[in-house]
Amino acid sequence: MNSAAFVVIAILTLAAALAAASLPKLIHAALNFAVAFIGVAAFFFLLGAEFVGLVQVFVYVGAVAVLIVFTILLTRRDVQDTGKLSWGGAIIAIAVFGGLLWAIRKTPALSIAAPQIEALTVKRIGGVLMTDYVWPLQCVGLLLTAALIGALILVMEDREEG
Amino acid sequence: MSDSLDQIFIRAKQWLLSWLSNAPDWLIQIASSLINIAALLGVFLTLFALISVLERKILGRMQNRYGPNRVGPFGLFQPVADGIKMLIKEDIVPARADKVVHFLAPILIAATAILALGIIPYGRNMTPFAIDGGILFFFAVGSTTELAVFMAGWGSNNKFSMLGAMRAIAQMISYELPLIITTFPVVMVVGALSPDAIVAAQNGYSFGVVPHWFVTTPWGAAAFILFFVSGLVESNRTPFDVPEGESEIVAGHMTEYSGFKYATFFMAEYIGMFAISGLAVTLFLGGWHAPIHGLEFIPSYVWFFGKLSILLFIYIWVRGTLPRTRIDQIMNFAWKFMLPMAFTCIIAAAVWHYAGRGVAGWLWSLAVLTLVYVILSILLDTRKKFATRTYRFAE
Repeated sequence: MNSAAFVVIAILTLAAALAAASLPKLIHAALNFAVAFIGVAAFFFLLGAEFVGLVQVFVYVGAVAVLIVFTILLTRRDVQDTGKLSWGGAIIAIAVFGGLLWAIRKTPALSIAAPQIEALTVKRIGGVLMTDYVWPLQCVGLLLTAALIGALILVMEDREEG
Repeated sequence: MSDSLDQIFIRAKQWLLSWLSNAPDWLIQIASSLINIAALLGVFLTLFALISVLERKILGRMQNRYGPNRVGPFGLFQPVADGIKMLIKEDIVPARADKVVHFLAPILIAATAILALGIIPYGRNMTPFAIDGGILFFFAVGSTTELAVFMAGWGSNNKFSMLGAMRAIAQMISYELPLIITTFPVVMVVGALSPDAIVAAQNGYSFGVVPHWFVTTPWGAAAFILFFVSGLVESNRTPFDVPEGESEIVAGHMTEYSGFKYATFFMAEYIGMFAISGLAVTLFLGGWHAPIHGLEFIPSYVWFFGKLSILLFIYIWVRGTLPRTRIDQIMNFAWKFMLPMAFTCIIAAAVWHYAGRGVAGWLWSLAVLTLVYVILSILLDTRKKFATRTYRFAE
């Protein structure tokens, strides 16, 4: 049953990703992108990584997709793809895909059978984040706060000039 | 006796499943899920029909008029008439609308609203979809609502729809932050993201009369109020209903919807309200636990739906009392008051925890909250800022 689910989710995710790359209207592409994100979250659920799947939906569909949609909205509405294939982009995409494929196939981890580990609970993730990885976590937090303040300063109005 | 009444729905489900005892496991699993879904939809669609007429009755009472009283006894069959009207109305799609997006938006918004209901414990052993990260699931599903609202606004190809959608998304994003942060203290104190664990942690009574609900602690009470106000905004209800302010932008993102699609939006809004109130009951009001030790013989689901009804009544009460706020007031309130207070709740909960969760902790966390509240009130005092009004364009 799991392999059947895998195939269905894989087809949906790939179709959505393909649609996101090829649809002429930007908004349709962005919405399909969100569907692809949900597909990836479904993979995480299938693998038993419930927490990661939920965070995937939460962050990518709830925040990143909304951000992309907002960006499109606030720029121009009538932007349409001319239908011409951009060869430079295609070459870069193929190169990146080839590089990734090569790297994944070279990884020694693929030939090792997956060890049987106990189910990853939210509690364990929290414990590890707060003990072993507390410094990386704090650094990320600092970085994000800095980015937030930077964004605020960028959009702040100049009161004196107005 | 009281135990069998308490578990009557669980027994009924087991009895239904016993018909399938020879079937393979996956079939039983699917049947069990389907029973849960059917029960959830049945209960909440009935509640939706009921609340749609009760809201009009209560609003009528508050405004010194009768409200609907023509269809059936006391106008109770009004939702049936409304439903028939909505079903047979013509479905109009604007000629230049984005047909697919326009069609999918009401479906997506209703689906996300109903999904969020799944994780709430409605009674002892009565969680339709018990997962480890239930609270996270609720907010993950809730965050996709913004995308659906956007789809409705953009797909309609109408400037009122677009403006309404942008207003809705702006206030939903702003208030999602205090909404989520006010759940942090509860999750931290309980040490689990599962709604069942949170309800179980609120079991027990002091002196037999004071329940150990989180709303009885200072940080819990503050977090509950913040959560409730944020929930009011998330469900786009008065006084935060600028996304559909009819005197300004017709009906916001729902302007170009008619007939059953409009009814779907309406239903999604109410179901979202039930879900937020249900989560508030679960997080702060002790879920399905009885308020007094001596009243525990009354079935758990009665308590849950009783508390839910009180919260829904407050929703209606607020709608009948307060005027609409301006969008800049909503935003300022979110970022300048709600967010700092939400963070303070986390600190107050930590103080409460480390001071021993007793009377001392109670007083210390109250002191922390009062201090921050007073400082914020002084900083945000707007009384002296209304000095001279300048006209930029009308001179």
